[in-house]
Amino acid sequence: MAQPDILNLDQDYKQKYGFYDEIKPVFQTERGLTRRVVEEISYQKNEPKWMRDFRLEAYEIFMSKPMPSWGPDLSRLDFDEIVYYIKPTERQGRSWDEVPEDIKRTFDRLGIPEWERKFLAGVGAQYDSEVVYHNLAKQWEEQGVIFVDTDTAVREYPDLVKEYFGTVIPPNDNKFAALNSAVWSGGSFVYVPAGVKVDIPLQAYFRINARNAGQFERTLIIAEEGSFVHYVEGCTAPVYAEEALHSAVVEIIVKRGARVRYTTIQNWSKDVYNLVTKRAVAYGDSVMEWVDGNIGSRVTQKYPSVYLMEPGARGEILSVAFAGDGQHQDTGGKLIFAAPNTTGRITSKSISKGTGRASYRGLVQVLEGAHHAKCNVECDALLLDEDAKTDTYPYIEINEKEVTIGHEARVSKVSDEQIFYLQSRGLKKDEALTLIVSGFIEPLAKQLPMEYAVELNRLIELEMEGSVG
Amino acid sequence: MTEKTPLLEVRNLWVKLPDEEEAIIRGLNLTINAGEVHALMGPNGSGKSTLAKVLSGHPGYEVTDGEVLFRGEDILELEPDDRARMGLFLAFQYPMEVPGVTIANFLRLAYQRRFDTEVKYTEFYKILLQHLKKLEMDPSFAGRPVNEGFSGGEKKRFEIVQLSLLEPLLAVLDETDSGLDIDALKIVSNGVNAMRSPERSFLVITHYQRILNYITPDYVHVMVEGRIVRSGGPELALQLEEKGYDWVRGELAGATAP
Repeated sequence: MAQPDILNLDQDYKQKYGFYDEIKPVFQTERGLTRRVVEEISYQKNEPKWMRDFRLEAYEIFMSKPMPSWGPDLSRLDFDEIVYYIKPTERQGRSWDEVPEDIKRTFDRLGIPEWERKFLAGVGAQYDSEVVYHNLAKQWEEQGVIFVDTDTAVREYPDLVKEYFGTVIPPNDNKFAALNSAVWSGGSFVYVPAGVKVDIPLQAYFRINARNAGQFERTLIIAEEGSFVHYVEGCTAPVYAEEALHSAVVEIIVKRGARVRYTTIQNWSKDVYNLVTKRAVAYGDSVMEWVDGNIGSRVTQKYPSVYLMEPGARGEILSVAFAGDGQHQDTGGKLIFAAPNTTGRITSKSISKGTGRASYRGLVQVLEGAHHAKCNVECDALLLDEDAKTDTYPYIEINEKEVTIGHEARVSKVSDEQIFYLQSRGLKKDEALTLIVSGFIEPLAKQLPMEYAVELNRLIELEMEGSVG
Repeated sequence: MTEKTPLLEVRNLWVKLPDEEEAIIRGLNLTINAGEVHALMGPNGSGKSTLAKVLSGHPGYEVTDGEVLFRGEDILELEPDDRARMGLFLAFQYPMEVPGVTIANFLRLAYQRRFDTEVKYTEFYKILLQHLKKLEMDPSFAGRPVNEGFSGGEKKRFEIVQLSLLEPLLAVLDETDSGLDIDALKIVSNGVNAMRSPERSFLVITHYQRILNYITPDYVHVMVEGRIVRSGGPELALQLEEKGYDWVRGELAGATAP
């Protein structure tokens, strides 16, 4: 499949991703969050004391912080209904044969092992709270690359983890970062030694299976000087009519001259509240790139950020959001210029359809002393229907004189004339709309490796299905 | 006289904009048989372009009376894409830009729909290049976004590329000649003439006689105030060129005077 195939309009989410497995977890905590639940998670994981203390402290912070009221409506999210830890299986596989049959079948259906064989350097697969499969190709292992789930990293690389864990996003950063810090489980730990360039992607896939599940993976990426890594994550969940919660924390350290690209294709089912904190610190002459595609979920709040700590650091944030009926995508990015001669760019493209709402929320902050910082922000919103909504909240704080900051925002509607033009060539109305939308996100899709561009296009087609009433 | 097959029959067509009282097309009749080339001329605002859009199924107009038969079937209730698949084609006066969508991706879909077939991307690319070549357009256009950044002349030529690719039975050319320099006009006309066949018909809508020097019509109609007021052979176009539209208007006024 070399070209995005616009013609495949016959599958829907429920059938393709929305199925669930009848699996009896080997362990799960009771509903709701208490100090005891946090202790239980730590006990199950047989963690060192420092991590247990970290969790308990975070729990107190979580309890003391109010729900954020400045963003999307979170009133239907009931913390007492969520199950915070669900362990699906006793052990993790390094080959797919070691993964329990039912779970393996799920990942087969999602195409993960096939992708791994075809073009990935390594894969981690998380199912509810635990990573059930993890593997890194030998070639990279031999060069000293570490790619394991974060629980394993705590056991096997305690010094590295202790040095960086929670340093980029401390538990008191926000309520959901505190929640994640208290109950985190799974996620990826990536360490790339100096000068090593992992030139094919590492991928993590996150699957929620259980009802009312909470998934709280914790990812930590350390790119040593002059290294390169591209980390990709995808996610899906069954369709239940009950709320689920996904609240991840991703911390990235990009050392001098290194480059990290982090790509997300978020495709949660529409019951999932997706409240995620992602942040990178970038040192001298390094490049941090976030490519953030949000298609699914009921509500997403996610603003990947880059702290530009030393001269020459660059931050790129590309955000694509698709808000369909009943969805609110509140996404964007943050760039903090903390050193002179740092540069950055935020490009946001959103599509709102039906009653969907896409909000761009972004922060550009230039700290004192960060002279000659350069930043450009571009927001494009496309509205497909009368009821569809879009809004922008661009926050800009500049504490330095010699800087170049640009901001552009555009809202466009699909015109009847455009649709007529395409229809007059034989395209059905929904094909015409899909084509216009795929053209709108094309500048971003072309930034992705081919396989992910195809995936993104396909997901958007899926969303566009039946869009013509 | 040999027997002719009507391809398009427009009978007593009345058209208005949804929120206006006054009709734009007022009882228009027109029959185009297979293989014929008809020219539709008329002053600005006479309803020529509205007719073109209504034939193709533009959703912005309301047909209040009359019928339009294409290949014997009343098409007024059909979607624009259904009509296109039946072999109706409109070359737009103002072709639309579709940012980010390449010509190759767009036309591959159109081709698959028109001929109800599946064609691989690489195969289609070869087909597309042939048609681009006919209209003297660079192969690089295949990878460019639809009409974005095209000059006026390139847009018009690209309309004829699509005509050539999609092989319609009836092609309506809505002021394809406007804004074309003489070289481009020749290229476009050659493209159209190469498409002429006993099965295929053309309705060439134009304000000026100039294009009819290159595409010789079998019939010329003059449209004024929403209906055809005069029909004749190619000589009518020359008369118009000479005497101007006031001539038909004057005749019309004379005819309707008490």
